Amino acid sequence: MSVAGINVLVDETRAIQAGGKPPLLSVRGVSTYYGSVAALKGVDLDVGEGEIVTLIGANGAGKSTLMMTVFGAPRARDGSITYEGRDITRLPTHAIARLGIAQSPEGRRVFPRMTVFENLQMGASLHGERHFAEDLEKVCALFPRVKERLHQRAGTMSGGEQQMLAIARALMSRPKLLLLDEPSLGLAPLVVKGIFDAIRRLNREDGMTIFLVEQNAYHALKLAHRGYVLVNGRITMSGTGRQLLDDPAVKAAYLEGGGHGAAPGGAHG
Amino acid sequence: MDVFLQQLINGLTLGSIYGLIAIGYTMVFGIIGMVNFAHGDVFMVSCFIAMIVFVMLTTVLGLSSIALAFLVVLVVSMILTALWGWAIERVAYRPLRGSFRLAPLISAIGVSIFLSNFVQVVQGARNKSMPPVLSGGITLVESDSYSVVLSYKQCLIMGVTAVLLTGFWYLVQRTPFGRAQRACEQDRKMAALLGIDVDRTISLTFVLGAALAAVAGVLYIMYYGVVSFSDGFVPGVKAFTAAVLGGIGSLPGAVLGGLIIGLIEVFWSAYFSIEYKDVAAFSILAIVLIFMPSGILGRPEVEKV
Repeated sequence: MSVAGINVLVDETRAIQAGGKPPLLSVRGVSTYYGSVAALKGVDLDVGEGEIVTLIGANGAGKSTLMMTVFGAPRARDGSITYEGRDITRLPTHAIARLGIAQSPEGRRVFPRMTVFENLQMGASLHGERHFAEDLEKVCALFPRVKERLHQRAGTMSGGEQQMLAIARALMSRPKLLLLDEPSLGLAPLVVKGIFDAIRRLNREDGMTIFLVEQNAYHALKLAHRGYVLVNGRITMSGTGRQLLDDPAVKAAYLEGGGHGAAPGGAHG
Repeated sequence: MDVFLQQLINGLTLGSIYGLIAIGYTMVFGIIGMVNFAHGDVFMVSCFIAMIVFVMLTTVLGLSSIALAFLVVLVVSMILTALWGWAIERVAYRPLRGSFRLAPLISAIGVSIFLSNFVQVVQGARNKSMPPVLSGGITLVESDSYSVVLSYKQCLIMGVTAVLLTGFWYLVQRTPFGRAQRACEQDRKMAALLGIDVDRTISLTFVLGAALAAVAGVLYIMYYGVVSFSDGFVPGVKAFTAAVLGGIGSLPGAVLGGLIIGLIEVFWSAYFSIEYKDVAAFSILAIVLIFMPSGILGRPEVEKV
């Protein structure tokens, strides 16, 4: 725990140096439980404005739980989550979304009996018709496959296509902070590359802040400015993407063998 | 043939009323997976509201235009009944969300008992009747032994039902609220992640279901002219049957199921025996469910993920 504490201090300094202001998203001592089982045990983590931050870890480490805890579903039992300096720990899920945070969640969760177009309209719920056409064009340019399928029911698409739709839907709300849960899951390598390029572009050109959960640690750390390692509900390491890539422990656990690529399965709808 | 045509008209009239009530069952089931057993009693309450408003308009205020009176009765009943629907969800169901599955069901039965007893206490236990309105009709087939008549009331019932269902269909399929409603049906958590206020959407679903039940109530009291505190149960069960027959969760299914139940009841009464009309309706339900367990237009449980 003390090691984690030191890392947090380092991170905070970095975030303040980077933007001269507190981080956009700040998670402090958050514990989340499923029944009496702790899934997160005092997690500290920061995402600064304009950063790409990645969270890596094995299956079941609690990565997706952390993503959902940011949205209050499930709610953190201890600790606090602040966004733009405002405590959002107890806000209802929809109110958190309205602050400009969007998520492409684990298991994709597209609305299966709606068309792709309607799914995108749902993504744009906060803005309604305002700049809908413009945003639609943009996500279609990013994911041409989504454009081809606009009037098909989302539930009839392949897993990879649903993944693209889930990301596209999240983008339709013009989020300030985008949470991506395993965007590479179930996708062909070429498509994965396309998605990671897209993430980089969203960050560079639109200044979107991105918090990325990945099992594909190599790609994620290469892309991210900073990264955290989550093991059994605790942050065990943090640093820049480069530092973590070169770290022998990270290498041994997450990078070697290449078995952590786009492994299918493990996601539930 | 003449008898058949007449019964067809009667059956469609009754079926329209069942269909309107059935939508309330099917929508609520779709969004929170609960059978709202109080819905039939909400319908009964709306009958009383309609009757009271009508009597006030015609006797107290001396309104002479039937068309205007009908319109006012319809709107006022829809609003007041919708308020009941909203309040019931708020008081009896929302606090139990996240509790065990049977809790809201038991609560619904409680609300049902409360409503019928409440009406019994404030309105009395005897049948209440309303002066007949809108008599006459169009004679479609004229013969010595049997005339087929489409009464103005029946025209009105089918017309109002068709118009409201079209409007309702538009609301669910084409508006942001309808989209949010369907999204909540498919994945409530995801809808919340997109900024949809799920509780509010559920509330509005109850409000809409109650408003449509009120339309059914107004048409029912106008058609039959009589209502009692216990009249929520049988039409409620029939409409629920209609929703199950059509495939619970499916809106077109609810309307189709309503029409089928209405037709079966009427035809059975005309050609066989009126005493066994309910047996006929429920037997058809049982037979259909054996061969189509998810109803006529319902979707099977399994889905490609």
